[in-house]
Amino acid sequence: MATITYDRATRVYPGSEHPAVDGLDLHIADGEFLVLVGPSGCGKSTSLRMLAGLEDVDSGAIRIGEHDVTGLSPKDRDIAMVFQNYALYPHMSVADNMGFALRMAKTPKPEIEQRVREAAKLLDLEQYLDRKPRALSGGQRQRVAMGRAIVREPQVFLMDEPLSNLDAKLRVSTRSQIAGLQRRLGVSTVYVTHDQVEAMTMGDRVAVLHDGVLQQCASPRELYERPANAFVAGFIGSPPMNLLDCRLDGETVRAGDTALPVSGAVREEAGHGGGSVTIGIRPEDVRVVGPGEEGMSATVDLVEELGSDVYLHCSVPDEGYGVVARAQPRSAPALGESVRLGIRPEAVHAFSAVTGERIAA
Amino acid sequence: MTTATGDARRTTRRRFEIKKWLPILGVAGIVLYCLAPFYWMVVTAFRRPADQYDLSPLPRTWSVENFLAVFEPGTGFGRALLNSLIVASTTTILTLIIGTSTAYALARLAFRGKNLVLSLIIATSMFPGISLIVPLLRLFTDIGWINTYQAMILPSLSFALPLAVWNLTMFFRQMPQELEQAAMVDGCTPGQAFRRIIVPLAAPGMFTTAILTFILAWNEFIIALSMVNEQNMQTVTVAISKFTGATQYDQPFGTQMAAGVIVTIPLVIGVLIFQRRIIAGLTSGGLK
Repeated sequence: MATITYDRATRVYPGSEHPAVDGLDLHIADGEFLVLVGPSGCGKSTSLRMLAGLEDVDSGAIRIGEHDVTGLSPKDRDIAMVFQNYALYPHMSVADNMGFALRMAKTPKPEIEQRVREAAKLLDLEQYLDRKPRALSGGQRQRVAMGRAIVREPQVFLMDEPLSNLDAKLRVSTRSQIAGLQRRLGVSTVYVTHDQVEAMTMGDRVAVLHDGVLQQCASPRELYERPANAFVAGFIGSPPMNLLDCRLDGETVRAGDTALPVSGAVREEAGHGGGSVTIGIRPEDVRVVGPGEEGMSATVDLVEELGSDVYLHCSVPDEGYGVVARAQPRSAPALGESVRLGIRPEAVHAFSAVTGERIAA
Repeated sequence: MTTATGDARRTTRRRFEIKKWLPILGVAGIVLYCLAPFYWMVVTAFRRPADQYDLSPLPRTWSVENFLAVFEPGTGFGRALLNSLIVASTTTILTLIIGTSTAYALARLAFRGKNLVLSLIIATSMFPGISLIVPLLRLFTDIGWINTYQAMILPSLSFALPLAVWNLTMFFRQMPQELEQAAMVDGCTPGQAFRRIIVPLAAPGMFTTAILTFILAWNEFIIALSMVNEQNMQTVTVAISKFTGATQYDQPFGTQMAAGVIVTIPLVIGVLIFQRRIIAGLTSGGLK
């Protein structure tokens, strides 16, 4: 068990000018489950592999507990990793796969056997211990990969999109299994995913990366309610937050014919952006209102039926942007219908039109 | 009307049956074509020396006389078999050791000019071997290597390596790098990861390469003929070419065929033993 610290860690791939990971500063508490999330190419996997020792750190440092591990080879870091494609050893049985690290560490045989058995019991793999990986299903292979990590009793678990090869249903059940297991074992974990639902449901905290730069690291709730910038706002949440380019009109910002009262900070920031400000509003805070009520006129382009909710993808011809709104399943407007969308002024986020940074409302 | 339809149906069915048999016929044709020379070699070997020009598909009188002639003391055939075994095995082992490490480096390391190196390696295998005989002969005479094993092993090695390196590089490239990375996270040094994870998985590729190399070295003729002039150093291929009949003009085809059969047997046995290891799909199952 240990804390993990990224101290201005940077990785620049040879032959590329732009760093894959740029000055990453991150502190992960003992026993914490931290999720690194971002679109592909954002540097999340690279960050994880830097911690594993599979990728060089060009500048800065990485510490596990009090140890600076920046220059150590993977085997000296006391970490266990679950790979996206599992990377099970095809020529070894499940038991040998799980016990491999212990054999390398010259652990006595009876102890290896016992620890493998315990991990297998935990993961419901007991009857498969003698099988080769090729005789297992995808979900079982995934559990063997987990088992290989658990048996080690390492300081840190690293997981690189371990669920991306499972089908949707299995992914959801395995998601809660992994989160539960981690909480039980209390091992500090760094988990990489591109799936923001996974990130939100599993992480104690979630770190959002974009273009190699950490955007925000916060609890899922905080991330959802107070995104640090327009990128995080647009990335977290499904469907994502509506980001509307709006103009300052005196003391307020206009969205359709709704005048949104905004703070002095927003007005000042809009001044820098030539009177423009980015207004963020979550789909659940946009509702269909009656004709003549305050709001904006829109046309329904797409109706997304999810059962419990209906999302309306609308275009607002007067403003030139699209808005997604949540509607009640039974009273949802039909495709092509003209609707009026109202915004809850108290649910509005404001971001600088220039930098995309959040502005205190 | 009905008959016409029936006829048409019958023709369609016949056409369908022909289609079904066509691939089998094709395969049979190719197999026959490949095996015919071997069949003739075996059949001729079992004829009596006097019948050696017979064209009957089976020997009229079966005889092992040719085989006995092969092992007559004067031919030095036993010694030649041993020499061939030494040369071919040493070549195979060296090719595997050098080829594996070269191929692994080419498959995994990122360095400038990697593709150029690979192309050069392939290019060298396009060299006609015969063009090297005279310079090699000069060189080996100067350094006193005539009538030595290394004079046969070294050139064979240089002919076998390009193919081996190419083969193994492709094989290693198929292997996901995550396997070594997982091993390294599990406590292996890069060397241990290679030895404990990659080599066992590369076994099919290595066996294939080994067999090809062994056959190449075992059948090598022109270098062995040029670099050796003592009977007790010659390899089987050379020994067979030097079999003489009763008179100068008497070509001992039967004896040569019998020797050919004897020489082919180790290769057939080798392939039969190892083909079980050359099964593809050994690496399957480690991923996803």
